[in-house]
Amino acid sequence: MAAKNVTTASFQADVLNNAKPVLVDFWAEWCGPCRQVAPVLDAIAAEYAGKIEIVKVNVDEEPALAQQYGIVSIPALQVFQGGELVKQMVGAKPKPVLVAELSEFLA
Amino acid sequence: MREVIIIGSGPAGYTAAIYTARAGLKPLLIASSVEAGGELMKTTEVENFPGFPEGLQGPELMANLQAQAERFGTEVLLDDVIEVDLTGDIKILKTGGGETFEAKTVILSTGAAYRELGLPREKELSGHGVSWCATCDGFFFRERTIAVVGGGDSAMEEAIFLTRFAARVYLIHRRDSFKASKIMVERALNNPKIEVIYNSEVAELHGEGKLTGVTLRDTVNGSTNNLDLDGLFIAIGNDPRVWLVENQVELTPEKFIKVDGRSSRTNLPGVFAAGDVIDPTYRQAITAAGSGCVAALDAEHYLQSH
Repeated sequence: MAAKNVTTASFQADVLNNAKPVLVDFWAEWCGPCRQVAPVLDAIAAEYAGKIEIVKVNVDEEPALAQQYGIVSIPALQVFQGGELVKQMVGAKPKPVLVAELSEFLA
Repeated sequence: MREVIIIGSGPAGYTAAIYTARAGLKPLLIASSVEAGGELMKTTEVENFPGFPEGLQGPELMANLQAQAERFGTEVLLDDVIEVDLTGDIKILKTGGGETFEAKTVILSTGAAYRELGLPREKELSGHGVSWCATCDGFFFRERTIAVVGGGDSAMEEAIFLTRFAARVYLIHRRDSFKASKIMVERALNNPKIEVIYNSEVAELHGEGKLTGVTLRDTVNGSTNNLDLDGLFIAIGNDPRVWLVENQVELTPEKFIKVDGRSSRTNLPGVFAAGDVIDPTYRQAITAAGSGCVAALDAEHYLQSH
């Protein structure tokens, strides 16, 4: 299942008010490493469906969100919990590395 | 048991796959879990790959190569090889996903990884103004002041690409002339947004949580000065990715995999190497592809006689 697309309008409901931790993948079509990491994120989302939600923000379509969260490198992976930004990562990483970095949210 | 396993998914790996697949060897290509496609995934327009008169995008070239390899029966696995035993007749490979594979021959085409400046705080500021991927991050520096470090074709390409977004692009180079190709240097020098700072290296990174500037050191007289920047793109070259095999396969003094003459044969029978991981000199998509072809033919020849 492809990750849900989040917009400025839905960010509050989908991310900040979410009961589960949410990993937001800031990405763009023209970013090769974003395309490389997308299937890895899909796999993590499927495997840990009850623990974490993974959504996408297209920075071309949502420049205001990207600016608000200080994105200057993509893929940028930001984890929100209880409405707070609690973890930031940048760059495509292999699945075992991402799972290890996200371990506190996947347990 | 496989006839051939290829590690790496750049032009060398996919060309080796096309050739060995067409030879009926049903290659397995282990592409890496997130760097599938290799360095060209970070490039934009590729203008010098023969056969594409209008040029094409790097990621598109890689998708084409993969499709061509798969068409002849290559199996592509998106996983990372984390351990190998290449010394015996039967080569053993283990992946991060927990699988073990055996093969009669292995082609190493693991490419090269970008080089870091080696400065304190470089990691901390990565993704916060320090970048290795102009095509990924240029977009975020609209009307900003940024710099590219380096003197090769990649540095020229990045600087020129970044002028689409930035107000000003400094090109910082430690020598007084560039090793990049003439056409790329001319394009960079003729671009009104690019200003070259010769004989300089980045000595220090400034900024808390976000890059605000750098200290430059003059490589001739050692004097320093500050440069305010919003972004710094590093394109100072690559190092061959050999950590997986360096305790088994013979390397050159520069830490490339050593091959026998114009062949792809390493010091281990049945183990071949191709692409940027053996090439300190040319490092082009087309030379890597040619080298992948050599490795495929060498592996084929080896299998016929073993």
